[in-house]
Parts: sequence; structure tokens; C-alpha cells
Amino acid sequence: MTPNRTRGVASIVRARVWTLATACLLAALLPCTAVQATAAQQVQASRAWIRVLPGVLPAGAYVTLRNDGGQAAQLTGAKSSSYAQVMLHQSSMSGGMSRMRGVESLAIPAHGQVVLAPAGYHLMLMHAVAPVVPGTRVRLTLEFSDGSTLPVDFLARPANALGPDSP
Amino acid sequence: MNAVKSCHPIRRPRLLRSTLLLSCLALLAAFALAGCQRSGDLPLRLTNLSGHMPNLSFSLTDDQGKAVTASDYLGKVVLLYFGYTHCPDVCPLTLAHLHVVMQRLGPLADGARILFVSVDPARDTPPILHSYVTAFDPRAVGLTGSPRALERLTKDYRAAFSREPDQANGDYEVSHSAGVYIFDAQGRARVLASPAASQDDIVHDLHLLISQEAKP
Repeated sequence: MTPNRTRGVASIVRARVWTLATACLLAALLPCTAVQATAAQQVQASRAWIRVLPGVLPAGAYVTLRNDGGQAAQLTGAKSSSYAQVMLHQSSMSGGMSRMRGVESLAIPAHGQVVLAPAGYHLMLMHAVAPVVPGTRVRLTLEFSDGSTLPVDFLARPANALGPDSP
Repeated sequence: MNAVKSCHPIRRPRLLRSTLLLSCLALLAAFALAGCQRSGDLPLRLTNLSGHMPNLSFSLTDDQGKAVTASDYLGKVVLLYFGYTHCPDVCPLTLAHLHVVMQRLGPLADGARILFVSVDPARDTPPILHSYVTAFDPRAVGLTGSPRALERLTKDYRAAFSREPDQANGDYEVSHSAGVYIFDAQGRARVLASPAASQDDIVHDLHLLISQEAKP
């Protein structure tokens, strides 16, 4: 073999090794990207309902959020074409006084759930674009800290309802 | 606490010890009796207010725009609750619970009235209050008035409310006392239902207070 030819074979082998290594690396990375689901893909919503109040009064929206993923999901808020503004809020009680405050984000633990329910966490819906009729469904799009979004249909319930399926 | 401590004096003669024990028991009995008298003989379950709070007294405007005083509700057991209509969470929850309580009382519920007193008179006009309270229960009445009249009423019952700072869009929240004050048909303060009170206990006490009134 001439030295030239030896060099040629070596470079072909080297190139093949690099291709193989790159393929292996990609193969190793692929399952990672598949496991790294967005918060919206991990979270299941159930028992979603809105307590509709008369006129232009703000309403409270409630939902149970289950996180089936291995990483905590951070709910940061929601938006809806039916309301001008949606805010994530928490009601609290201290010294017999009831208070409400805005919440930046709410963590849904890995393999856990949080319940947005009256007198606790809720979404405050303000300035309905059109009157919301009890019995109908209103779509709210939940927003998570990773930028993913989850559309959920909320059942509109009358003012004196105590849950999504109470009489 | 002091009375309990003096029940266990260290190294005292036996006679003195038994005298002390007797007086302790007498004191306890006296307290127990006084407690019974205050609760007015009814085995009420909610926090007893009898003798601790003034009789119901106010001069406000109802949700029909009519001037009303506490005497307009004499003969009815009154459930007094302070809140505001722009409260989307806790106030509606309380009123929805009270609605279920009224339903459970059946025909007796006509002997009671829910008085929802607005602590946000700037936004809660009688028409807004009317549509709000009637969305919960036909026996609910919305009351509003001058800030002074409302402040006097909340002070009477050591209830408090405060307007939180305005948000960028001009909306604001109001922090407020969350209990329901229950008065008998003579306007006497009887019990307080805290937010944690069970529906069963509220139904129980209202049943007693309304039935008591129905007796000759």
C-alpha cells in the first residue's frame, strides 16, 4: 500500500466513526426530548366550573388539576375570549377577616394535584364580553410557566351552586 | 386559670384545702349557671353571642331603594352578613351555603331573613344588590347606606372591613369580616356562624330560634 492510500482509508474510517458517534448521540438524546413533555401535556383538568354572578360582576372559576408527569407544573394564569381579564387569585382567612390576593404562580406537584375551589385558589374572571348563561360551557386557556397552554371547557353554574354537579 | 391554680395549694392544712376545693366548685357552678342563662336555655351549637353583642340596630337602604331600620325585621330570625358584590369567591360561597341552609329549613325558612350588608357602598347600588342577593335566595335582602351608617353597624358587631389599594384598571378588593351573625326574632344577638361552621349546626340553631318564636 502506498502512504497516500493508507491515509485515504484512515480518513474514511475516521469519518465513519464520527457518523456513527453522531448517530449514537442523537439516538441517546431522542428519548430525552420525548420524555421532556410540556406542563400542558402532563396536566389533566377535571371538575371545571364557573360560578356566574349577575350583571357585570366578576366570577370565580374552579378546577381540579392533576399532574401525571414527573416534574412539577407551574400554573401562571389563564386567558379567555369570553372575559377581558382573568387573574389567578387566592382567598384567605385571618383573624376572622376574608382577604383576596393575586398569585404569581401555583405549583402542581409531580404525580400530584391541586384543587382550585371556593375560599381558596381560583381564577377571577372579569368583564365578560357577553352575558354567560348557566348551563353553557366557557373555554379558558390555562397558561403554564414553560409557555405551554391547556384549553379547558368550564361549565357555567348559577350563583348559588356549590360545585360543578350540585343541585 | 387562677381559680384552677388555687385548687392545688401546696402543703396546706386539710381543712383549708377542702374549703378551697368547695369554693372552687361553687365558683365553677356559678360560671356554668351564668353560661346557661346567657345562652337563653336553648342548646345552641354555634358560637354563643347572647349578652355579648348589642341588639340589632341600623338605619339603611334596602335593595328596593327603601329606607329600612332593624325594627322592620322584628319577628324574623336575622342572618346578618357583611360582604360586597364584586367579591367573586368567598361572599358567593357563604350566600350559596346559606341558601342550602334555608332550603333545608323548609317552610320554617319563611321565619328567617338573610341580610347581606354591603361594605362597598360606592359600587353596590340597590339595583345591583337586588340582582345579586336574589340570585342566591328569595329570602335574602341586600342593604346599603352611608359609609357612616355602615361603619357604625360593623363596629357594633366588632366586624371590620377595609378597602384594598386600587389595581391598575381601577378595580379593587375589600377585606371584610366573614362570620354570619344570627339574631332572634326580637333582634337579640344569639350566635355567630364562623366560616368554618357546619351547615348542620347552622340549620340546628336556626331551627331552634325560629321554632321558639313560633311557640305561643
